Amino acid sequence: MSNPRTSILKLRRRTFLAGAAASLVLAGRSFADAPVRGGTVVALAHPGEPNVLTSAVVQTGQVQSVSSKIFDGLITFGDNFEIKPELATKWTTSEDGKELRFDLRPGVRWHDGTPFTSADVKFTFESVWMKIHPRARATFAAVDVVETPDPLTVVFKLRNPSGVILGALNGLESTILPKHLYENTDIQTNPYNIKPVGTGPFRFKEWVRGDRIVLERNPDYWDAGKPYLDQVIYRVIPDATARYAAFESGAVQYGTLTPISLSDLGLAQKSDTLDVDFHGYEWLASAIVADFNVRRPPFNDVRVRRAVAHAIDLKAFVRVTTRGLAKPGTSPVLSTQTKFYAGEGLPEYTFDRAVADQLLDEAGYPKKPDGTRFATTIDWLPFGETFQRFAEFARQAFKAVGIEATIRNQDLPQFFRRVYSENDFDFTISHRAGLGDPQIGIDRVIWSKAILKDIPWSNGSGYSSPEMDKLIEAAHVAPNEDKRVELYKQIQVLAQRDIPTFTLAENKQFTVSSKKLRGLGTGSISVYDSLKDAWLEA
Amino acid sequence: MGARIAQMVPTLFLLLLAAFTLLHLAPGDAAQVLAGESGGGDTTYLANLRSRFGLDQPIYVQFMLYARNVLSGDLGFSFRNNMNVVDLIGARLLPTLLLTGSAMAVAVAFGMTAGALAAAHAGKWQDRLISGIALLIYATPGFLLGIGLMILFGVTLPWLPIGGFVASQGIDSGFEYALSVAKHLVLPVVTLGALYAAIYTRFTRGAMLEIYVQDHVRTARAKGLAASRIILRHVMRNASLPLITVIGLQAGSLLSGAILVETVFAWPGLGRLAFEAVQQRDYNLLAGLVLTTGTLVVLINLCVDLLYAVLDPRVTLR
Repeated sequence: MSNPRTSILKLRRRTFLAGAAASLVLAGRSFADAPVRGGTVVALAHPGEPNVLTSAVVQTGQVQSVSSKIFDGLITFGDNFEIKPELATKWTTSEDGKELRFDLRPGVRWHDGTPFTSADVKFTFESVWMKIHPRARATFAAVDVVETPDPLTVVFKLRNPSGVILGALNGLESTILPKHLYENTDIQTNPYNIKPVGTGPFRFKEWVRGDRIVLERNPDYWDAGKPYLDQVIYRVIPDATARYAAFESGAVQYGTLTPISLSDLGLAQKSDTLDVDFHGYEWLASAIVADFNVRRPPFNDVRVRRAVAHAIDLKAFVRVTTRGLAKPGTSPVLSTQTKFYAGEGLPEYTFDRAVADQLLDEAGYPKKPDGTRFATTIDWLPFGETFQRFAEFARQAFKAVGIEATIRNQDLPQFFRRVYSENDFDFTISHRAGLGDPQIGIDRVIWSKAILKDIPWSNGSGYSSPEMDKLIEAAHVAPNEDKRVELYKQIQVLAQRDIPTFTLAENKQFTVSSKKLRGLGTGSISVYDSLKDAWLEA
Repeated sequence: MGARIAQMVPTLFLLLLAAFTLLHLAPGDAAQVLAGESGGGDTTYLANLRSRFGLDQPIYVQFMLYARNVLSGDLGFSFRNNMNVVDLIGARLLPTLLLTGSAMAVAVAFGMTAGALAAAHAGKWQDRLISGIALLIYATPGFLLGIGLMILFGVTLPWLPIGGFVASQGIDSGFEYALSVAKHLVLPVVTLGALYAAIYTRFTRGAMLEIYVQDHVRTARAKGLAASRIILRHVMRNASLPLITVIGLQAGSLLSGAILVETVFAWPGLGRLAFEAVQQRDYNLLAGLVLTTGTLVVLINLCVDLLYAVLDPRVTLR
């Protein structure tokens, strides 16, 4: 049956392949680790479909995931928050700390071919960040004016030294938009928000709503030879089990921001085809927090707040509610934010019900004959059923020291209205993002000037302390970074002592990727890696 | 016919008015949700968002503006999605119609066949088997059935894609596109169709058993007609009238039942769009969706009325 000629050919081919394989083995790791050009990565649009594709306009996780492939920032973060050049090649701070000068990378072009210049930076600063960004007005409060002496130089003139600015100029928090496409338009309804033009390694190709977003290689990328991938396709998969099935079947190769449910995590970690990585979330610094309403009894009394802190066994909390994945909280600044984290000297609230009982007695809430002290409510942030589990754990902990708590369920708009508009709550289980710098992530929950009606993630507790305000305001104008870090360490100690907000746990988010996808970023912000170094094993 | 279409207009207007009012009674607004998802903001930021959304206008002005635009074919702008509502809905309409239409066809074909078989063998093992399977499917939650099918056919035996509308790469021709869509369609249609097929099976069986004992069937038998002819022309045709009524009534629930299947299989349909719009308090989009799905339901019921006239010569349409 078989044709003798073919079988000889087959034999030859087999010998050849064996030889090729042998030479591959001889070449060793260096060969196997050399990036391969080409290929398409299918990634998850998570935690949902974005509504626009530029984080200059909307800063949700799903938008930033896609935006970070299309846009660069002036700087980016390497490992351990090391600031690295991106669109800026060099930066210098003047002696008095009142001038921040950036040299821009020459020869960079927008995806439509127009050169990128300092005018784009100045325009975006004035007309986008300072107008519509939720945090920029606070972050850049010290900026007096932005000057552009030539097309490749940007100078931030400051009223006082401000350490927060440099790090905030990363491409996620401060995305730069092309002036020629946005000038004299309504920024928020500009059509380029959904067909973005950036300078990054990938450019926008198409967006089929509800199904996929296709990005393709930017052939004119300033980092010559990169990216390696031809395309990155974002797929929308709303169901958690279906997302895991998509990884398992190889339909999806990359997902960030905890793309699968914790019950599938173990399977993914044991899988021969998948990698799970917990790095790259340091900038995001996600925390599970409990906020007290300090405006009214019972939590207006710091002893009651401390009693609650002593009554919750944080070790058991992370073990039971997150399968041991999260880490018990110790400070509003997470331990992963190594530069600012105070570490020593922070007031600790060891799990001790006797201490809690004593504090509650002192605060004037004695046990009644039925064993209860007072009734309260727990509102949980509707970011999925995990927060309901947190609330249930807290309820049990409350009960053990005589506090009767009712758990209230509501959807997100109602939660925001209750906490930030009407302040009609006692105790919430919520979430806080650290966003790289405590001046951006932490001030807003403990500074009296951050008590802002209607604004989500502002100081909803209503905590106001002249001592705290003094420290925060000193940190904003600290003459140098060492002094600023020192002040933020004091701020943490005070915040932990007064605990208007109690950090229950440091969340551990993770990335799931195919083992074939190599060269993923490792920096402190690599949850939003640009994928410029990523490549697919053949 | 004309009168029937005219009757649709006030129905749709009331639908729109009710949806608009209900949504505005719900606490929380779109600007706050957007600000919350962006990780916070300040007062100016929120005021900007509110005025962009028209939320600072009195409620009747917001509705009047909307009603006027609808009449001129403009369903408004979804600020949340930075897109016209008409375009957003338009892109999702075809996948939804494809999914629900195919599921309906599968459900009717299987349901009627199985129901007819069960009725023809009433009380025998065939009947018990069919009724048992129908009951089992009916009792299985839709998402569980969907995930089970997905894991079996998408992961364990990778015969079919696990979700989505069409393969995201390797499509070069119209034929490949159609083939890819068809492959993606199988699991969602089977999931959604199976649930309704189970209902229609039970329903057909019951309706046919009722008709089997009627006089005209006995007459047909006495005339010596073939059993198959009696089943198809004399029993099935009569039994299909109440079945079609049920299908018409369920058109709305089929559209909403699709949300679950669309979610599990990442199908880019209207159901998911509606779910997200509710979550995000996207008023313009929601009102547009209410109008669209309302129109669909009304149209399907119009078709049902027309079918009555076809199936039963005693019914005439005015």
